[in-house]
Amino acid sequence: MAKVRVLVGTRKGAFVLTSDGARRDWDVAGPHFGGWEVFHVTGSPADPNRLYASQWTGWHGQVVQRSDDGGATWEAVGNEFAYDGATGTHLWYDGSQHPWEFTKVWHLEPSHDDPDTVFAGVEDAALFRSADGGLTWQELTGLRTHPSGPKWQPGAGGMCLHTILIDPADAGRMYVAISAAGAFRSDDGGETWLPVNAGLRSQFLPDEDAEVGHCVHNLAMHPSRPDTVFMQKHWDVCRTDDAGGRWTEVSGDLPSDFGFPICVHSHEPETIYVVPILSDSRHYPPDGRLRVYRSRTGGGEWEALTKGLPQTDCYVNILRDAMAVDALDACGVYFGTTGGQVYASSDAGDSWAPIVEHLPAVLSVEVQTIHA
Amino acid sequence: MIRVALPPHLRSLAQTEGAVVEVDVQGTPTIAAVLDALEREHPMLRGTIRDHNGGKRRAFIRFYAGSEDLSNDPTDSPLPPDVTSGAQQLRIIGAIAGG
Repeated sequence: MAKVRVLVGTRKGAFVLTSDGARRDWDVAGPHFGGWEVFHVTGSPADPNRLYASQWTGWHGQVVQRSDDGGATWEAVGNEFAYDGATGTHLWYDGSQHPWEFTKVWHLEPSHDDPDTVFAGVEDAALFRSADGGLTWQELTGLRTHPSGPKWQPGAGGMCLHTILIDPADAGRMYVAISAAGAFRSDDGGETWLPVNAGLRSQFLPDEDAEVGHCVHNLAMHPSRPDTVFMQKHWDVCRTDDAGGRWTEVSGDLPSDFGFPICVHSHEPETIYVVPILSDSRHYPPDGRLRVYRSRTGGGEWEALTKGLPQTDCYVNILRDAMAVDALDACGVYFGTTGGQVYASSDAGDSWAPIVEHLPAVLSVEVQTIHA
Repeated sequence: MIRVALPPHLRSLAQTEGAVVEVDVQGTPTIAAVLDALEREHPMLRGTIRDHNGGKRRAFIRFYAGSEDLSNDPTDSPLPPDVTSGAQQLRIIGAIAGG
């Protein structure tokens, strides 16, 4: 029988939640790395027992952990992320140019077919790759040194590369997203990059249609449709059907098109999920009601999913890497909140129940579907 | 043998049994030599006390010997005799966090 493993990163450690395919009864293990901020925990598609975790504190900086037994035990691996070559500068808050400085790893993305190959998206924005299970890291410099780099700028959360998508059918095709630079595509495994932001509009930019500078919050792609990518931007939910050649807004009838995560149903490429947040100054749901919104039309028309979610006095946020889907039938959907709840739906979002309710603030949620 | 007191985050990272670890230092005991020995014994601590590149002390880390603050001393300065004798710990401290 299939098993589901939910990997949760929080402000004070990592947790591993497991259940069988029924997804009713859950085992909660953790905290791992108690007291450390865990920005991301994820598993290798090629070997579900191989996990990677990004662990950080302001005192001690970055640590990367690796597990070879599904999260039961962990080993610290390499944590040296050195920009390759001239560091260069990017736009700073006061309009000056500021040198790139490594702070932390926001997101780890393992290769689809090699457990030892994993990509790391970091702050200040750059992409690193390890081919030895995280022991050593090499920068893919073509992204940071793109000619638009001096126009990239940090958002309030720092200048982070937070999203990495890899086409499972063509490892050369990758998308990344950077706050606040935008979306970029590579067709050669990360050696060279193209900004793919045409059609995006950002009111905070003097030129609303600028090539870069957009605060993209998250991207999502169904593995069967690598040319179609969905985006939750600072404001606006968007999609592209030509690999980023042009974006179209599909916010439609959402109560707010501000938010952080976006996900695609594992079996229905036109079914997508977002969690609207009231605004950039008020990071909580509209009306104190926690509602996931689902569109079965790839955006435009949305339905509120509320069964089992708090509909009064709820003022939590759901961060960009804190929603994920499993691959079971029916598709399971999971998200974590800054209030420490992890909610699960085993019926594609029709109804929800908490797996845990009192964790530290949740930074990331990933799901592994493991077939015996 | 030099006794080094680690802050809680590093104790859990290095999975030490207590707050204090003992390190053998070759040559003149200095902060740099102690950190070299500590990182040899516990490689997972590399980069968490000082930078990989250049060995600069991380901003929120302090080095104390008794009531003496060694944080801003050159890292190749000899350590005080009561630290090298083992009578006193070299304490690695994380700045207090508010909130």
